[in-house]
Amino acid sequence: MCLAVPGRIIAIEGKTATVDFGGVKRKVRLDLLPNVDVGDYVVVHTGFAIESLDEKRALEILEAWAGVGKFLEGR
Amino acid sequence: MEKLKAFRDRGIAQKLVEKIKGEARTLDGEIRIMHVCGTHEDTITRSGIRSLLPENVKVVSGPGCPVCITPVEDIVAMQLIMRKAREEGEGIILTTFGDMYKIPTPMGSFADLKSEGFDVRVVYSIFDTYRMAKENPEETVVHFSPGFETTAAPTAGMINAVVNEGLENFKIYSVHRLTPQGIEVLIKQKSKIDALIDAGHVSTIIGVKGWEFLSERYGIPQVVAGFEPNDVLMAILLLIRMYKEGDARVVNEYRRAVRYEGNVTAQRLIDKYFKVVDAKWRALGVFPGTGLELRDEWRELDIKNIYKVEVPKDLPDLEKGCLCGAVLRGLAMPTDCPHFGKTCTPRHPIGPCMVSYEGTCQILYKYGVLF
Ligand code: SF4
Repeated sequence: MCLAVPGRIIAIEGKTATVDFGGVKRKVRLDLLPNVDVGDYVVVHTGFAIESLDEKRALEILEAWAGVGKFLEGR
Repeated sequence: MEKLKAFRDRGIAQKLVEKIKGEARTLDGEIRIMHVCGTHEDTITRSGIRSLLPENVKVVSGPGCPVCITPVEDIVAMQLIMRKAREEGEGIILTTFGDMYKIPTPMGSFADLKSEGFDVRVVYSIFDTYRMAKENPEETVVHFSPGFETTAAPTAGMINAVVNEGLENFKIYSVHRLTPQGIEVLIKQKSKIDALIDAGHVSTIIGVKGWEFLSERYGIPQVVAGFEPNDVLMAILLLIRMYKEGDARVVNEYRRAVRYEGNVTAQRLIDKYFKVVDAKWRALGVFPGTGLELRDEWRELDIKNIYKVEVPKDLPDLEKGCLCGAVLRGLAMPTDCPHFGKTCTPRHPIGPCMVSYEGTCQILYKYGVLF
């Protein structure tokens, strides 16, 4: 199943990262997401990081959802 | 993450439901919205979304359970390969995911094979299989590999590492399938699908771009959605509006994890190692251009090319009375099945839809809507 909660990279060794999912640490492969750094949040599927959540995109989300309120009032 | 709270906020959920009701009032007839993801089904059932929706807004689950649609023939072929290897005095360590392990066939499951003394191991990731191959250089280690693009990408990534490192005892049996191409077959078969909620993490791999042809060719509006209740409600609201306005596009509601172009590294790796083939979907038939097989250059990585076995013909897909086929097409709910919750439970499953965590029958059973 899809882990919807992203984890944070706390260490990188070669093609493997240690990712912290709110206290639970797992080894995660970086083959599909080579350009990440310690501190980045990543979405993980079956032991592989498949996407990162960068700050700009995180803000985009917040803006989109702040807009939701307005969107719900209107029309 | 703190930021994700809005996606579960009850106040927002209520407003979304009100809006949906308002839009539905001016809808001409009904709208059938299909999703194709076990995790979406989980969200929808867990948060009781269906019971909140107006009569004329139907959310049905499509074939979003890769383990459920994995053909009986392939599970049996893998079992026969294990037997053949043993006859030839070779050991194979077989790995697969937990729900695949228990999927029944007329010739038993991988769990049954294990109880006969074969070395079958449940893994969380194909990375575990790779580690086993390194730790057991004398043995062949095979991953029986189901899943849509989200899982095909890790498989391709692992194979890439295996090829680069020259690890020779690592093999796979691919039963990977392509999601939008599978839905296209359903559309061509005249399944009534007015709108689509696109699977979140399949979209992470293929991007918004990977779904667009369905809107272009068939005029179907789509929303790529995340997995929180409000993601799904928002998708439903947007889809009703788009449907009413004849606005056939793909809207990305799950921008926090999905880019327009998707994960290009993953797409390149899938394309490097796999070719697209016609493939059977259990209980649904052969869907042209929906399966992934290793390309000929990598044939020595494919366990099927090392042990040739003959699978008995005419194996039935399902036990008598199991409605899994109709459930996977979104034409039946588990409650339409006389076995549901009585003779068929997760402990004693009759069909694949009750075995998998992503199966519609198991999800409904788990949240006990009936009981
Ligand atoms: S409840 Fe069991 S028998 Fe009925 S459709 Fe689901 S899996 Fe098949």
